[in-house]
Amino acid sequence: MSTANATKTTHEMVSLDEAGRMTAVGDETQIKPYTINFGPQHPAAHGVLRLILEMDGEIVERADPHIGLLHRGTEKLIEYKTYMQALPYFDRLDYVSPINQEHCFALTVEKLLGITPPPRGQYIRVLMCELTRILNHILNITTYALDVGAITPALWGFEEREKGMEFYDRVCGARLHANYVRPGGVNMDLPKGLAEDMWAWTETFTKTIDDLDGLLTQNRVFKQRTVGIGVVDRKQAMDWGFTGPMLRASGVAWDLRKSQPYDVYDKMDFDIPVGKTGDCYARYMVRMEEMKQSLKIMRQCLHEMPGGPVKSDDYKVTAPPREEMKKSMEALIHHFKLFTEGYHVPAGETYTAVEAPKGEFGVYLVADGTNRPYKCHIRAPGFAHLAGLDFMSRGHMLADTVAIIGSMDIVFGEIDR
Amino acid sequence: MKKTPNELHTGIAAKIGEKLGYGVIAQTFAQDELVITVKPAELNKVMTALRDDAEFMFEQLVDITATDYPAKADRFEVVYSLLSIRLNARIRVKVITDEDTPVASVVPQFSSAIWLEREVWDMYGIVFEGNDDLRRILTDYGFEGHPLRKDFPLTGYVEMRYDETEKRVVYEPVTLQQDFRVFDNLSPWEAMTTVQLPGDEKATTQKIGPKNYRQKGAE
Repeated sequence: MSTANATKTTHEMVSLDEAGRMTAVGDETQIKPYTINFGPQHPAAHGVLRLILEMDGEIVERADPHIGLLHRGTEKLIEYKTYMQALPYFDRLDYVSPINQEHCFALTVEKLLGITPPPRGQYIRVLMCELTRILNHILNITTYALDVGAITPALWGFEEREKGMEFYDRVCGARLHANYVRPGGVNMDLPKGLAEDMWAWTETFTKTIDDLDGLLTQNRVFKQRTVGIGVVDRKQAMDWGFTGPMLRASGVAWDLRKSQPYDVYDKMDFDIPVGKTGDCYARYMVRMEEMKQSLKIMRQCLHEMPGGPVKSDDYKVTAPPREEMKKSMEALIHHFKLFTEGYHVPAGETYTAVEAPKGEFGVYLVADGTNRPYKCHIRAPGFAHLAGLDFMSRGHMLADTVAIIGSMDIVFGEIDR
Repeated sequence: MKKTPNELHTGIAAKIGEKLGYGVIAQTFAQDELVITVKPAELNKVMTALRDDAEFMFEQLVDITATDYPAKADRFEVVYSLLSIRLNARIRVKVITDEDTPVASVVPQFSSAIWLEREVWDMYGIVFEGNDDLRRILTDYGFEGHPLRKDFPLTGYVEMRYDETEKRVVYEPVTLQQDFRVFDNLSPWEAMTTVQLPGDEKATTQKIGPKNYRQKGAE
């Protein structure tokens, strides 16, 4: 962190000596107001956040986040790509929950195309989305604990996260940038043995949640750093467009998986944890419980998963199987056309949103009937949350700002786009 | 009984016609989504009503964005997405404007608009009157232009590098190592759309889209 002199002063009694230094006035020493530049390279900034903090002593008077250091022009690039080429960009937004975002784009395109994936495809999507939610929450909770001084959760949590990444690897060949969910279903069926291994993992993972719970939930230091910090009431959460755990921690029972279910979420039996206090601790508690509920959904998916195809058999949208392509001229033509021209999406516009681990992730897509989106706007949950940092950290200490940022679950890939 | 999205939105649409008729120019309902176009002068009034009226309760402003149609005189559509947790419904509010006419800011109604309007200003150059914090948000300090406009080239105008001799970051006009390539793959393949003889429409109508502007980036 570097410091710079502030021009503004809140103390009228301050007087300066010849060198411009502050001198003691009256009985107590006056504290000079500072402007602190926090980041963009700081481990507690969770990425490339540059934060300008106007401080009065150690109290934050105003927080001005400067974002855009990871801006890659995703929305502009998508306008120049076919729908199929646009999909991998969604992995690179919130890079700790890639499949949820692909899922959102796939649902948006499906809505305009008017197609529905086969049941097995829908189950696999929900299964992978919930796995992603768990992986996202492990990352958030453990790094958040790291921010407020606890190292062990990160060491324990990341080991489990690695196991989840291996499932990613087995299902699509990549640990992070999956490109797995496609309009019309998913790219490939689960490989042999994966479902069994996932089931076994869901049985052992409850132990990890209990371990994290034992380390943090009643931990005195953790509670001192989080209880009553960054309190957001219901009205503020609504006004600032908060969604996901940030909204639920403030006592609003709202989850798109329940209220506007997509794919097979309406067949799943799960609960929505809701916080009462709206502080950093409530947000942590909501995420902990969400992991347990996600585990429950994963087990239901694995248990109830039907057989059959995993993607639509409409070869105007999804590529025909490789085997068929080698034998059938028509399949070969479809394959060639799909990977060069891509499919055409009928003219229209839609805003479709999913419950991503961080909140409501939405895509506003305007199609003009060609093979490329006319416009594709991405609504990132973290953008609204970070906008609220100013009102949340006012009056708190500098170290509390770090706790608040940690509890927001900030990832700059999605905020900067 | 739970209402289907269709019933729900038909009900809301009827009430909007009844209560907000003074400000609403058009209503459309497609893909189970309700869209209203609002007179720019009445935007704040309509937004307040949508937020506070017990029959709407659209308490959350989820998103603001814009769409650029450079061929039209009023080239920009500003799109507000609202969410009502009470009704479990969504609505999109549109305001049409041109390059110079400012749009009234909705910051008095929704605090989330502060950053969202900054983003739209940064990306499209639409001015929001009443938002006193219209700084650039996603682009670089000192950036010029509005990148999501259709007439802004994909490659941009300047590129940046660290200059070893000057020991600082320098900006230079973009030089492309190879020609900027966008392939026009539109062809007589029916795909998903229905045209009488696919490919024919290319000869008669000019589609407004990125492909018409891509040459500018290469020049």
